[in-house]
Amino acid sequence: MESFTILDGIAAPLLKSNIDTGVIIALRFLRSRATDLGAGLFADWRYTADGAEIPEFVLNRPRYRESRILIAGANFGCGSSREAAVWALLRFGIRCVIAPSFGEIFYDNACENGLLPIMLPEDLVGRLVARVETAGEPRLTVDLECCKITAPAGAQIAFEVPEERRAALLAGLDETSLILQHEGEIDAYRARAAAARPWLYGKLG
Amino acid sequence: MSEPKTLFEKIWHNHVIRQFGGDRFLIHVDRHLVNEATSRFAFEGLKQRGLAPKCREATFGVIDHDLSTRPGRQWDSYEPAKERIGAMQENCRAAGIELIDIHDARQGIVHVIAPEMGLTLPGSTIACGDSHTATSGGLGAWAWGVGTTEIERLLATQSLIVRKPKTMRVTFIGERHPGISAKDLILYFIGQHGVTVGSGHAVEYAGPAIRALPVEGRFTICNMSIEFGARSGLIAPDDAAIEYLAGRAYAPKGAMWDLAVADWRGLPSDEDARFDREIEIDCAAIKPQVTWGTSPQDVIAIDEPIPAPDGVASERREPMARSLDYMGLQPGMVLEGLPIDFAFIGSCTNSRLSDLEIAAGIVRGRKVPEGVTAIVVPGSTPVKRAAEEAGLDKVFTEAGFEWRESGCSMCQTLGGDMVPPGKRSISTTNRNFENRQGAKARTHLASPAMVAAAAISGCITDIRKLDIRKPGI
Ligand code: SF4
Repeated sequence: MESFTILDGIAAPLLKSNIDTGVIIALRFLRSRATDLGAGLFADWRYTADGAEIPEFVLNRPRYRESRILIAGANFGCGSSREAAVWALLRFGIRCVIAPSFGEIFYDNACENGLLPIMLPEDLVGRLVARVETAGEPRLTVDLECCKITAPAGAQIAFEVPEERRAALLAGLDETSLILQHEGEIDAYRARAAAARPWLYGKLG
Repeated sequence: MSEPKTLFEKIWHNHVIRQFGGDRFLIHVDRHLVNEATSRFAFEGLKQRGLAPKCREATFGVIDHDLSTRPGRQWDSYEPAKERIGAMQENCRAAGIELIDIHDARQGIVHVIAPEMGLTLPGSTIACGDSHTATSGGLGAWAWGVGTTEIERLLATQSLIVRKPKTMRVTFIGERHPGISAKDLILYFIGQHGVTVGSGHAVEYAGPAIRALPVEGRFTICNMSIEFGARSGLIAPDDAAIEYLAGRAYAPKGAMWDLAVADWRGLPSDEDARFDREIEIDCAAIKPQVTWGTSPQDVIAIDEPIPAPDGVASERREPMARSLDYMGLQPGMVLEGLPIDFAFIGSCTNSRLSDLEIAAGIVRGRKVPEGVTAIVVPGSTPVKRAAEEAGLDKVFTEAGFEWRESGCSMCQTLGGDMVPPGKRSISTTNRNFENRQGAKARTHLASPAMVAAAAISGCITDIRKLDIRKPGI
């Protein structure tokens, strides 16, 4: 996974709450390997049924087309566990989503794929959007090293990310490799657990 | 004496391998269920790492999401799905993982067959690449849904790094009125407390009304945990749960069974255990529930008017207005009498034998009116067989329902079953999101009884007013 240190990019406001993973990427884009998930991102909001762009949708507006950051409403990424929601955002170019809260599975999936989810209180999210919308260029700098967002005109907002997540994102270290470093402990656990609850392990039935 | 613990904390404690920094722990997963919809890239990732599955005997493959449910279906019956089904069959074969394939007598929706096969056991940890995995919590397992990267991780290590959730107990007191099912209980709860109340929590459902529920109803409750943000939901195992498991294929037998049961008896939350959050629900207040919007919290009793957006908290106003527009409804309307085009009985929420029995009890001797498409999709092949033995298939088909093979079907659209644009569906599923049952499809969630009643009435109907011999719940 790609490491995340400092991201400087266009931020698009999409302040709906409960944007679920099925809206982020619809099922029809998940069938085949060949599909460009980035093109499928928010497809039902970006395009009409015959594939024409809907010009008012935020990511279609010239000002936000190159967005790297999304500022969204509460409970972003709720619903289905499909990890392709994160992949679609990444393929489109989004590496950071700022929202008051996230669907839990989405949050984990995001961290594990190098997409930084930032939780900020609702009023701060609202103020950030106000700044982005009125700025000449809707650009934010997200610095994961010192956990600060710099908004247009220099205002700074601090944020928090669980330390382990932050370390892994900064290092671009994937969790599976981390766990595999502790394989001996897993095996020792399995031996202990099998002694305590033998019906759960080994040959079943 | 050790500290009093909740059910969840006991299972947690038994499964911690090590602590990483902060509140993140390495947790052993006892059962890993793999389905064709989310696992493909995980198998590829595993191969790229040059690894084989760590615990083949604890890993089971299931095909359910993409599979056609048309009678006589084959793996390739639905053209757009066959690439993934084929890949799943090949991946399981190559990895040496037992696959419950499409013609297997045990086939079905993963969350229905895990308990049926006895793979779900009280006090165990279960993970599956599907957000409704908490269904297995109905037997007192800690079960949760994961993404594709985590599936790969599970294949490689049989463990996951998990943040320790807070604990929440939802206590259902009072008695259910006749005709009120587990589905009404959980929809009502979500309506009262919203879709995020469970975020960050492992939820235990408790109280006399939960203990009074048959095990299948407990699955329905736990199934919808994710719909209010909780990744897992559990119910303490009791006699009913233990009885349910006795003799299941993968459940322990003989002396091992006795050992297991003795352990399970110790799992319920200690009397003085503390929860981070407690909520109480009075079942006596619950009437038949139906959703009106595009989020499970958009739910009302059948005789209540749809709320007006200006009457609710500001952050719910905009989604409400959008929901109403999508659903083609107005504030103040009651849902009773609203014509429907589709009625769907199925999904991991409500497709078990008891659900079909309740629905059949309402349907028997009646007819689905012209213009309404009504479909029953049993949650598993064993459910289908049992229903057929009881003659329920005849009850449904004589009334004009389609009787299908088991699978996820019209819960989403992967297997080719979908509600056409603008059409209105009443459904026993768990998600009424935009486009869930088809592009622009309008979904109302309800109990099997309510869906059956709507199917034969042609419109959303108050089951309490139907002349039903016996709702049988
Ligand atoms: S029935 Fe629906 S909710 Fe359940 S596993 Fe299948 S697609 Fe998911």
